[in-house]
Amino acid sequence: MSKLLVSPSPHIHADVSTKSLMRDVVIALMPAVIASVVFYGWGELLVLGVSVASCVLLEYLITRYLLKKTSTVGDFSAVVTGLLLAMNLPATTPWWVVLIGAAFAIGVAKLTFGGLGQNVFNPAIAGRVFLLVSFPTYMTHWEVPQGLFGVDAISGATPLGIIKEGLMQGGSVPELMAQHGLSYTQMLYANLGGSAGEVCALALVAGFLYLLARRVVKPWITLSIVCTVAILTTAFSLADPTRFTGPAFNLLSGGMLLGACFMATDYVTSPMSNLGGIIFGIGIGLLTVIIRYFGAYPEGMSFAILIMNATVPLLNRWFHQKKFGRA
Amino acid sequence: MATRTFSIGGVHPKDAKISRGCAIEPLPLPPTVYISMSQHIGAPAKPLVAVGDKVKVGQPVAEPGGFVSAFIHSSVSGTVKSIGPRKDLAGNPQTCIEIAVEGDEWMEGIDTSDTLVTTIDDDNKAVLEKIRLAGVVGLGGATFPTHVKLSPPPGKTCEMLIINGCECEPYLTSDFRTLLEKGEQVVVGAAILKQVLHVDKAVIGIEDNKPEAIKHVRSIIKEFQKISSKYAGISVMPLMKKYPEGGEKQLIDAVMHRQVRSGGLPIDVGAVVQNVATALAVYDAVQKNKPIVDNSVTVTGECFPKQANLLVRVGTPLQYIIDYLGGVPADAVKVISGGPMMGKAIANLDAATVKGTSALLFLRADQTVRGQESQCIRCGRCADACPMGLEPFLLNKLAKNADMEQLEANAIQDCIECGCCLYSCPANIPLLDRIRIAKGQVLGIIRARNAKK
Ligand code: SF4
Ligand code: SF4
Repeated sequence: MSKLLVSPSPHIHADVSTKSLMRDVVIALMPAVIASVVFYGWGELLVLGVSVASCVLLEYLITRYLLKKTSTVGDFSAVVTGLLLAMNLPATTPWWVVLIGAAFAIGVAKLTFGGLGQNVFNPAIAGRVFLLVSFPTYMTHWEVPQGLFGVDAISGATPLGIIKEGLMQGGSVPELMAQHGLSYTQMLYANLGGSAGEVCALALVAGFLYLLARRVVKPWITLSIVCTVAILTTAFSLADPTRFTGPAFNLLSGGMLLGACFMATDYVTSPMSNLGGIIFGIGIGLLTVIIRYFGAYPEGMSFAILIMNATVPLLNRWFHQKKFGRA
Repeated sequence: MATRTFSIGGVHPKDAKISRGCAIEPLPLPPTVYISMSQHIGAPAKPLVAVGDKVKVGQPVAEPGGFVSAFIHSSVSGTVKSIGPRKDLAGNPQTCIEIAVEGDEWMEGIDTSDTLVTTIDDDNKAVLEKIRLAGVVGLGGATFPTHVKLSPPPGKTCEMLIINGCECEPYLTSDFRTLLEKGEQVVVGAAILKQVLHVDKAVIGIEDNKPEAIKHVRSIIKEFQKISSKYAGISVMPLMKKYPEGGEKQLIDAVMHRQVRSGGLPIDVGAVVQNVATALAVYDAVQKNKPIVDNSVTVTGECFPKQANLLVRVGTPLQYIIDYLGGVPADAVKVISGGPMMGKAIANLDAATVKGTSALLFLRADQTVRGQESQCIRCGRCADACPMGLEPFLLNKLAKNADMEQLEANAIQDCIECGCCLYSCPANIPLLDRIRIAKGQVLGIIRARNAKK
């Protein structure tokens, strides 16, 4: 040893880095990724592949050549965005639509704001909503292909879509459920139709539990979304069971669990304090239920998260950690 | 009842107490000691000796240089060679008395035997004076003169004495060994402190990763309580292992569930905290007439060939200690005085120990070199880790913009520099480095403002 290293304390560091956190999110998404490929077949794999590859490549190219900064592609955050975007798209989405979604997510929602940590909106959701608005046909009409191992070939619309459409034509919730053979147990392990992320509640929850166990995320945002949705939908469905779907249906359908577990909990676009997080979650739950019950789109999660993303700076200003000795 | 701990934040670094099995052994006397005049918080002490004087072990060589200051004693017998500036471990010059060691002759009146003295003098004034004359300072890190802390300002009463046996920093084991080997003396010291403070209750807080110490001290207390009523009200409280439990405010919160207000003192909530090593020093001072001339130092690190807990005379050159154990290992890149969370990196191994030196820790590059700083991902881990409930990511941003007003509004002055934020940040942002500097500036502004009033 020639010269002593002199630097300020602390002299040790926790075994955690941006990369390790993002890698944990990727690992946590794997059960749902595998389940969705099993249920939706090779088309899903293509969507996933195109989405992840284009997110990573675009991030690399843009940071390196357009912004001329050191590339941040090594931190796995582009992989997470790619996976989440893909899981929000139907397995039948053409590859070039996926590419456009990825370009919007990475190029516009993430990097124009200054990259990871600076973006206001969750890139994957921004990408999805952009596609939903620009290419509604691809995004709402689900030609659901055969699963990998011939697992249930499935109906053409998502449960949420079926109910919404049926209600508009004057049907009632129990009738429609029976008519289309929608059952909750089936929704628990394999959702009927929809995007990959909606496919298997159990796989999503398992992944989320992994994140909790590894202390990558805290449970408050997710819990407050789930509780808000459960309470509201219980109240509405009790008041008028013919018009309003109940809590089990709402929690298991659409992007609810994917959104609550993996997208609303995105560090960058959620509040810093626990209290802020709870209010953020309540807002998302409330908006989702309102959009689903009264809005034009059958699915409200993405819009709800985007809207609440915009409130994060305010929530961060209003709600702070509890300080020591300043009660 | 669940084990208590402090209520906000905290981290769980790896324990790494690899020297916990090493009994405290005396280090052979060095040929020369360098006794610093700045071994405590407050004014430096003023030398009482001149070059050429012969001194004995335990002889006062410097007197307090102000109200908050302390006596300093010779740790060896020999001849004063020089008095003048010498670089401390950070490389800053401090006035030091250089003494060439000749034999080991102690001052008359100092009881150097191992006989345990459990009877405590009733005369509090005399006891307090002994503590002052012995140069006892807080050995838990702050080195605040103990006799000052033991004289609460008028109008404030102490309800509980807390003896800090947490040793929550990784690697350190000298307090743990002291509890195991000198538990009796620590308990007597606690009883003395309790009496001086006029309190009925004294709690020795020990983290639950030291079950042997908890058990041992409990049995000692039980024995002593049979002998004398002066030991009534002393108890051990096991605490959940979490860093920085040994922080004064955190410890009070853990033990009493009371939070010292921002800018306040422990006595405001009725607490006085003293460290285990300080309790031992109080025992030595009051029962044995022995001033602080030595203290235990943990020498450790995975790359260090030999782990040890050494009883070191104050003023021993660090290099001498290291050479005694085999020299600086080839793969060590950093030597730290103290623990890895709050200790100071040593720039100068020729520096000598002071009363508060608790450890020498050797770290390899892979253990200590920081990762490349990247962008804040707003994960909130720094805020979750902060035991003061601050928002380090925000303070860091405000510090970069030099927004002093907002820094103060966001309580940067409350930062205890525990390092939990920087330790936890996945983006390797040097949070505490910036916060420390900005905190100094904000404290300066607050002081200037108060001075004007
Ligand atoms: S060093 Fe200061 S800001 Fe950082 S965690 Fe400790 S008290 Fe909080
Ligand atoms: S821990 Fe680091 S990355 Fe996370 S919020 Fe704090 S400063 Fe930002």
